[in-house]
Amino acid sequence: MKLTGSEILVECLKREGVDTVFGYPGGVVLGLYDYLYRQTHLRHVLCRHEQGAMHMAEGYARATGKVGTVLVTSGPGATNTVTGLTDALMDSVPLVVFTGQVPTQLLGNDAFQEADIIGITISCTKYNFLVKRVEDLARTIKEAYHLAASGRPGPVLIDLPKDVTFAQTEFSYPDSVYLRSYNPTIEGNKGQIKKAAKAVRQAKRPVLYTGGGVVASGASAELTRLAGLIRCPVTSTLMGLGGFSGSDPRFLGMLGMHGTYKANMAMYESDLVIAVGARFDDRVTGKVDDFVPNAKIIHIDIDPTSIRKNIRVDIPIVGDVAHVLRTLIEVLEANDEPIYVDAERAAWEARIAELDAEHPLGYTHSDEVIKPQSVVEKLYALTQGRAIVSTDVGQHQMWTAQYYHFESGRDWLTSGGLGTMGYGFPAALGAQAAHPDRLVITVSGDGSFQMNIQELATAVVNDLPVKVVILNNRYLGMVRQWQQLFYEERYSHSYLATTPDFVKVAEAYGALGLRATKPSEVEGVLLAAFRHKGPVVVDILTDPMENVYPMVPAGAANHQMVFCDPDQTPGAGLKQKDGQGAKTPPLPLTGGGARP
Amino acid sequence: MIHILSLKVENRAGALSRIAGLFSARGFNIDSLSVAPTADPSVSAMTIVTHGDDAIIEQITKQLNKLIDVIKVVDAQGRNYVHRETALIKIHTRPEDRAEALRVVDIFRANVVDSSPNSYTVEITGDSEKVDAIINLLRPLGIKDLVRTGKVAVTRELNKNP
Ligand SMILES: Cc1ncc(C[n+]2csc(CCOP(=O)(O)OP(=O)(O)O)c2C)c(N)n1
Ligand SMILES: [Mg+2]
Repeated sequence: MKLTGSEILVECLKREGVDTVFGYPGGVVLGLYDYLYRQTHLRHVLCRHEQGAMHMAEGYARATGKVGTVLVTSGPGATNTVTGLTDALMDSVPLVVFTGQVPTQLLGNDAFQEADIIGITISCTKYNFLVKRVEDLARTIKEAYHLAASGRPGPVLIDLPKDVTFAQTEFSYPDSVYLRSYNPTIEGNKGQIKKAAKAVRQAKRPVLYTGGGVVASGASAELTRLAGLIRCPVTSTLMGLGGFSGSDPRFLGMLGMHGTYKANMAMYESDLVIAVGARFDDRVTGKVDDFVPNAKIIHIDIDPTSIRKNIRVDIPIVGDVAHVLRTLIEVLEANDEPIYVDAERAAWEARIAELDAEHPLGYTHSDEVIKPQSVVEKLYALTQGRAIVSTDVGQHQMWTAQYYHFESGRDWLTSGGLGTMGYGFPAALGAQAAHPDRLVITVSGDGSFQMNIQELATAVVNDLPVKVVILNNRYLGMVRQWQQLFYEERYSHSYLATTPDFVKVAEAYGALGLRATKPSEVEGVLLAAFRHKGPVVVDILTDPMENVYPMVPAGAANHQMVFCDPDQTPGAGLKQKDGQGAKTPPLPLTGGGARP
Repeated sequence: MIHILSLKVENRAGALSRIAGLFSARGFNIDSLSVAPTADPSVSAMTIVTHGDDAIIEQITKQLNKLIDVIKVVDAQGRNYVHRETALIKIHTRPEDRAEALRVVDIFRANVVDSSPNSYTVEITGDSEKVDAIINLLRPLGIKDLVRTGKVAVTRELNKNP
């Protein structure tokens, strides 16, 4: 039977197991949308900005492990996907994005709403396709989902000229894909794995340094087993949080610029680093030469380009993390000799306890002003680490990473590689669409939330009861922190003032708005938010001068962490100095006016 | 260190811009690039001459391999390769220079493929050193125009006696 391009598209999505599409209509996809209207299989979530649809699909993908699907129109619809594509490429999120395109006979003519989206997105997709013949559509879709999900996952874009969606052809969906030029290595090289096992047996002070690859590969169980088997502490990148239980005593916390002292120092003092699905990002390594000066490095990653890109590696192993870890465990267990010397490990654990005691993660508590860290701690206590939590980008993101302890990597949605303000709320909506029965929380900033605030409409209309907790410091806090520390307190364009009134905004959209201005109110508003059935915005007015610590200053090495503001006791916040106050805008703590 | 990379690439629209884009985005150097279809029309052969230290060449090779359109990348460095380049050199020829021009063409076994009352166009094929050498000898006569293809390369068969 002959089907139109639109019918083929829906048919293919069905076969790929897609149940939800995030999108926004427009001229060249009207035909497609007309067919969507007439079918019942696919659920379409109408965003309010295409960037929102992208991050929703990312959140959906990260929370489920499935491929996220987006449908937008040509021109401006297509160009609005670019930030999301780049974000997904950096963080290895599997997406397939369909963009409408002007009819094939108009291609290249600067037609109305034509954008060369293939050219524009070459460098921010894993691959992209322009489908010029309806006969190629089904195979292209099959290839796109395969490319997005396999190997190192990433976003794939399909550009669909209008006439292709109307043209008809005989439909057949290929069962499998063969691409002669694409063959990701899954099993690690056995010889290399044996070398790694030998290095593990020789190590006295090993550390497992784990990243987003653990989550993408679904290798948490293997990682946990390995850590136990070799009695090894585990640290994680921002993207890897939850890949190893955040409440496990072996967990050192995050490493890097805002990592824990014990994680960075354990790396610094280790004699063996086992890097698992992590890519030695500059936010992690600090000054590369002093990152792990005494360690042998084993690097396991599915992407060969990640290996030896910015650091020397002694034992590279290309392969899927779960497969490689399984084999490594087998090889280690095949030999009856003990893997480690008890006394050596006891000494190593004692050293780490010592480091922890030297500089534990912490801040100065207050009864007068709400400390942002205390809000995250409260969130963790109230949810017992069982919520899906997304963040935007800035100080609030780092505090969430530090103080919320994740049990699953799929419960943690954040923009790591690109650091996209505006990611958090739509990502949470995508996760909520996939998991209607779970508690989904966005920890956002007063700056970031405004970057996709329009998606409140999506939340209300589609019944996506996400709880947005704004750590409202009236500042682009992370920018302000750097200005304070490195630009002599010249707060250039980082003050946001007290507008908008987020409670009123929430109400205008039909959501519930709540506010806390004093520490004593925090628990109450959070509980009220959790109890409410619909979406909620909780505006929490936090200490505007609080900074994220510890911190590796830019250009410094990870063992040179700073723990508090200059001339301050740890975490006390900055006192305003006389005469300098003039440069600093006023800092009202009541925001847009708290309501009783 | 100069490296010659020999690639087999899917013959698709966009493959070339993906490869060129990779080099510019990551700050790798391209000294020359040539591309044309192979005996199999679905495959293009590409020769890229680039330079960088070992770590950079390793990254370039890995990044190229990662591109979906790239079927195979071989670094000719340390292998036995034949490489050739063609140049078309248009020179001024005053009557008194013609004999000298033809003498140079002869020495290099090059060809004059076009001529006019005051110019010759010389075609030369050889390794890049040979092309450089003839250009140097012709330069004093006055070069009006010069186009080079960039290197193309293919492995040598080691076992030549069946
Ligand atoms: C789209 C985008 N623009 C700019 C930045 C640079 N940036 C990083 S953090 C930050 C401040 C974020 O402010 P807010 O959301 O209020 O979070 P806070 O740091 O105050 O917790 C800015 C501007 C960014 N990461 N993303
Ligand atoms: Mg802020």
